[in-house]
Amino acid sequence: MGAQLRVYKRRIQAVTATKKITKAMEMIAASRIVKAQRKVAASMPYATELTRAVTAVATGSNTNHPLTTEAESPARAAVLLLTSDRGLAGGYSSNAIKAAERLRERLAAEGKEVDTYIVGRKGVAYYGFRERKVAESWTGFTDSPEYSDAKKIAEPLIASIQKDTAEGGVDELHIVFTEFVSMMTQNAVDGRMLPLSLDEVTEESTEKGEILPLFDFEPSAEDVLDALLPRYVESRIYNALLQAAASEHAARRRAMKSATDNAGDLIKSLSRLANAARQAEITQEISEIVGGAGALADASAGSDK
Amino acid sequence: MAAELHVELVAADRSVWSGEATLVVARTTSGDIGVMPGHQPLLGVLESGPVTIRTSDGGTVVAAVHGGFISFADNKLSLLAEIAELADEIDVQRAERALERAKSDTDAGAERRADVRLRAVAAH
Repeated sequence: MGAQLRVYKRRIQAVTATKKITKAMEMIAASRIVKAQRKVAASMPYATELTRAVTAVATGSNTNHPLTTEAESPARAAVLLLTSDRGLAGGYSSNAIKAAERLRERLAAEGKEVDTYIVGRKGVAYYGFRERKVAESWTGFTDSPEYSDAKKIAEPLIASIQKDTAEGGVDELHIVFTEFVSMMTQNAVDGRMLPLSLDEVTEESTEKGEILPLFDFEPSAEDVLDALLPRYVESRIYNALLQAAASEHAARRRAMKSATDNAGDLIKSLSRLANAARQAEITQEISEIVGGAGALADASAGSDK
Repeated sequence: MAAELHVELVAADRSVWSGEATLVVARTTSGDIGVMPGHQPLLGVLESGPVTIRTSDGGTVVAAVHGGFISFADNKLSLLAEIAELADEIDVQRAERALERAKSDTDAGAERRADVRLRAVAAH
């Protein structure tokens, strides 16, 4: 086998091995999207009921809770950024990071200091490389988050919003995550969790045009709100984590699908080149044989004389 | 037909039980509360403890609820809990072992959870 042909054969082998890996990753991601979507759906009843309850308390009573009223001059905001632990998911993490950067700029323009909280190794690496300060970070569960993970994340966030701004607390709580729209579309979005903007919540829960009745609170509206809001934040974070996980798998599936397609194209063009090289080699061999035979014939014809 | 109310018992990551009932008894922070059809709209904070649901076909469903909320409006009752398990799902031996372990480790949270599970099974 000629050198050229051997080089092509080796490259085809390498690309085939890569293609097998990307194909396997694509299929794994595809099966996990379904699982992740099912988890999102399973968490919905709790989230909708909780939102309803929060709306009921916040609109049905005249309580002035610190978590529902906006600070007069918000000075600091916390941003929770959800990225993935692993790469090979196309632009998934970088899109989320970019959305967070935009939010940061906006908040900075409004004169607020930004504390960053990060979920996922990719986000941590991005901030670590740029030596930016990260208030707290969590890694290791982005592909299948549990409710306890959401609780763990919510804890310091709630603690810091309950603290006074002067003592290092924050006035606002924002979240940046990748919303799962469909298998093909996922958008990096940002949203404000606290203070609660009631219009938004009311819109969400009264889409069906239901009018919330006057509730009897047990033990009191303040206590109920006190207990509800941390759960509300947890549930929002949990929902965002689950959607982000579904989006991550969808992004990875898409990235791996195009990698597999590209590997297929590469194999095709490489085998064309390998065929041409083989043909060239054969042609060369034939011409060498013919040439050699001709030379021999000439030589023997000369000796006959 | 007796009046009925619709009950949804949901945990953070799944819907645990739903169906029609005639009476629901749960423990709020200010004491036990029983809700029957036509009760006034209510929103309360639940303590960890067993919740008893008397279903409309005469059966009883007991669930261990670890914190959460009860909300009632329009004859629809929702019990929201971070963790909720039906008494049938609870593994008694495991809960007992967990209780022992929690007691020896003096882990108050785990002890309370195991205790709630056992009480739910006992009430069943």
